[in-house]
Amino acid sequence: MITYIIRRIFQLIPVLFGVTILVFLMMHLTPGNPAQLMAGETAPPEVVERIEKRLGLHDPLPVQYVNFLKKVVTLDFGVSMRNSLPIIDELRPKFWVTIELAIYSTLLSIFMGIIAGIVSAVRKYSFADVAIMLVALFGLSMPNFWLGLMLMQWFSINLGWFPPTGWGSPGQVVLPVITLGTAGAAVIARMTRSSMLEVISQDYIRTARAKGVRERVIIYRHALKNALIPVVTVTGLQFGTLLSGTVLTETVFAINGMGRYVIDSIMARDFPAVQASIIVISIMFVLVNLIVDISYRYLNKRIDLNG
Amino acid sequence: MGKEENILSVKDLQTSFFIDDGSEVKAVDGVTFDVPKGKTIGIVGESGSGKSITALSILKLIDNPGKIKGGQILYKGDNLVDYNERKMRKIRGNQISMIFQEPMTSLNPTYTVGEQISESYKIHQGLGKKESKRKVIEMLKLVGIPSPEKRIDQYPFELSGGMRQRVMIAMALACRPEMLIADEPTTALDVTIQAQILELIKELQDELGMSVIMITHDLGVVAETCDYVAVMYCGKVVEYADVRTLFKNPRHPYTVGLLNSLPRSDVDQEELIPIKGTVPSPDEMPTGCRFAPRCPFATEKCHNELPELEQIGLGEQIRCWIYTDEWTGDPEVKVYEP
Repeated sequence: MITYIIRRIFQLIPVLFGVTILVFLMMHLTPGNPAQLMAGETAPPEVVERIEKRLGLHDPLPVQYVNFLKKVVTLDFGVSMRNSLPIIDELRPKFWVTIELAIYSTLLSIFMGIIAGIVSAVRKYSFADVAIMLVALFGLSMPNFWLGLMLMQWFSINLGWFPPTGWGSPGQVVLPVITLGTAGAAVIARMTRSSMLEVISQDYIRTARAKGVRERVIIYRHALKNALIPVVTVTGLQFGTLLSGTVLTETVFAINGMGRYVIDSIMARDFPAVQASIIVISIMFVLVNLIVDISYRYLNKRIDLNG
Repeated sequence: MGKEENILSVKDLQTSFFIDDGSEVKAVDGVTFDVPKGKTIGIVGESGSGKSITALSILKLIDNPGKIKGGQILYKGDNLVDYNERKMRKIRGNQISMIFQEPMTSLNPTYTVGEQISESYKIHQGLGKKESKRKVIEMLKLVGIPSPEKRIDQYPFELSGGMRQRVMIAMALACRPEMLIADEPTTALDVTIQAQILELIKELQDELGMSVIMITHDLGVVAETCDYVAVMYCGKVVEYADVRTLFKNPRHPYTVGLLNSLPRSDVDQEELIPIKGTVPSPDEMPTGCRFAPRCPFATEKCHNELPELEQIGLGEQIRCWIYTDEWTGDPEVKVYEP
């Protein structure tokens, strides 16, 4: 298992190389001269020239890339074009806000989704099943910015239970996490239900019953572990959707996180800031997929150790 | 019979499946047989004869929409039909165990062999990890699995079909049950492995002194392993006899048909004669004898009236008009009667 994890971590290296290359080229493939952009459209050519030199834009591309990479590995993403502050200092607190939001939302999706899915599967066609699946369908179809606004309207403005905006206090966490976690919970509930139903009809479940195992243990020990394999896949994929969902959720709830930072940076054509954000988000996504792969290995012993 | 003590008596067992449209499929329709202590009884029949449902009914493992509708399952005098889930769990895997047809899919792919066998010890004997591990190894040794210390940590997919069926047997026999129900235990295995597994079951039966219900469609398996045989057709027992009598002197036309369609070395055969027709589907079940449409001797009465399972001779039971006083057809067909 340990060797498997180490091997998978080494396999991430080429992926991350790819990401840095793409991010690096982004600056050179987009129209417009970054130096010109930094200096302003009306700046004299000498100023632009000086900035180009400072940024190393006259060097051949490979040299520029290596210089870029050297900085990136030390988490030096340069300074923002907007305020000349080091990007990393600006990004760090926002990054933790988004990470918190993403983790809480994912946990909510997983717990709600799996429990709802199991209840649905165990009581197939019952009132509870129909109700859960109906709610899940709504959760899936609702755009999350709309859900966010509705929650805010009811629970903040009408009922006054939670503050409508911001991030940090426990009360401020509730609405954004529900907003962001609902779609995932719905997807996971539907997946868990169908996967459980398939597993429950398997021969080895009958074997467990014939052994005298209690029904509860059959569901949670014998069936769930097998049923979770496709659920883990969906959860991993869902995390990508979730990251993009943070942009809208953070905007709706005025949360000072990375999602909003990316949008603001793109709007301002703040290339170094965009680059930094993309690299950080890519690393997060890649790490989540690593966790998915490792849980696979735990759930499904047939996955080759060398794979 | 009578002289021997019966560990299990199934009396007039009825198990039906209730379909959404309100119809009822009588999968097991009044099955009666006894299992004498320490003996092996075979339940034989074609696919759809209700033999597997009979087996699952004994352990009350019938899933919705199936239900045991009536009859008795007397295990050591207690009627299992009246048992609730909690009481049944103490029987399953502890007193009566079951092994299944498909060793490939009957083991949980996400747990090791050791974990799956030791679960029985945990449930029924409350043993701790160390003690149950020792017992698991002992059990694996007993079912002839080489280097059990290593196998115990392997997953089912790492084992061959024959090895998996041995693991199934080890799991079923872990708590030394008094009775084993084997539902087509060798059907999915290679012929050479089949013989080994049957041999193993027999050895363990002698060693543990248990009774076995062997469910199979293979008369060869019956001849090799069983003391008594119940032949089932469309949810009913049509003939019950000891194995010697059944092979030497089959009475029911269905049993005769089965034997004629089987290659045999103990009698002269010109050719194999298949039984004409197919098993009727549940919605077109004949009103009279279920076998009448395929029976070469069927009379008007056979088509209209269902015969009872009658005692004839010593410990033999048969469900056929031919062997009653009311038989109006060709008297020559009674040639088999002693």
